[in-house]
Amino acid sequence: MDKTGEGGIVITKLDDLLNWARLTSLFPMGFGLACCAIEMMGAYASGYDLDRFGIIPRASPRQSDVMIVAGTVTFKMADRVRRLYEQMPEPRYVISMGSCSNCGGPYWEHGYHVVKGVDRIIPVDVYVPGCPPRPEALIGGFLKLQEIIRQETIRAPRAVQQIMAKRTQQV
Amino acid sequence: MQFGELRDFIVEKFGAEVIVAEKADSLQPYLVLQTERLADVCLGLHDNEQTYFDFLSCVTGIDNGPEVGTMEVAYNLYSIPYDHHLMLKVQVPRNSEGEAIPAVPTVSHIWRTADWHEREVFDLVGILFTDHPDMRRILCAADWEGHPLRKDYKLQDYYHGIKVPYDDHNEYSGFRGEPVKLINQLHEQFPDMREKPE
Repeated sequence: MDKTGEGGIVITKLDDLLNWARLTSLFPMGFGLACCAIEMMGAYASGYDLDRFGIIPRASPRQSDVMIVAGTVTFKMADRVRRLYEQMPEPRYVISMGSCSNCGGPYWEHGYHVVKGVDRIIPVDVYVPGCPPRPEALIGGFLKLQEIIRQETIRAPRAVQQIMAKRTQQV
Repeated sequence: MQFGELRDFIVEKFGAEVIVAEKADSLQPYLVLQTERLADVCLGLHDNEQTYFDFLSCVTGIDNGPEVGTMEVAYNLYSIPYDHHLMLKVQVPRNSEGEAIPAVPTVSHIWRTADWHEREVFDLVGILFTDHPDMRRILCAADWEGHPLRKDYKLQDYYHGIKVPYDDHNEYSGFRGEPVKLINQLHEQFPDMREKPE
């Protein structure tokens, strides 16, 4: 504060403060499903260092804000992915990383065991294309997610909006 | 030992009737054995000091399709001390829908490797191995329907409420939340405060 000479007080909107806190400490759940997870680990490691965005993997879904679905989601894993998502506290976000979890990828036609897109199980906020996406692409996905969070407001929480949108869709 | 010697050895030890067919001129020559004698012959080949096939390299299940009406299991044996190979096959009739799946005697009591290999053949091709200690699916989920690598396998429509076949689900049936408008406001929110050179 002293550096900029603006005094010791910061005035902000509560919305902006909450959003800033959320988007600068996105804790992903530490889990990966296939080769995309290798790129994800590369992004965590010192070369790309996701820590500088405040992105630190957590060992438990109860402590995490974002789930990176990194890899092929099989039907055997689908139940587990859904359960892990349900264990995460709101507000929660999902990044679908790579072709397999976006749409089934190379298994779209003959892969009897692959879920054709993780959005058949859980709602996805950001899709990162690639097979597998490079760490830069994953970082790009996080920046997109930060932009989404920056638009949020506590007067209309996104989770409620999503539930409402789904409900009107069904009717 | 070469392929011809191994065949003569089997004929001498177990009788000529145990070999149903043979193909010696192919790149990988093989013997087709009587299905019910398979475990005996394998145990003999494993235990005998002349052959000593101590390593089962691979077990493969093959579906020849409903037109042909047969299924095969191929065993690739290898002897580490003698460095010789042998490929054995058994052929069983293919079951049509509603019938019991074909059965082949297990060799998992001879080579422990066969335990998981036979479970995989059972899971994907649908051949039962009699006297196997633990005949369950190994790769697919326990409540999966059908055997995926059969020629006439049909995808199930739904698995645990998830649609299985590919379609334009993002356009028509996928999850749709509130549309999110992305506006890059970074420059407004975080203006560049650094001192610029003159």
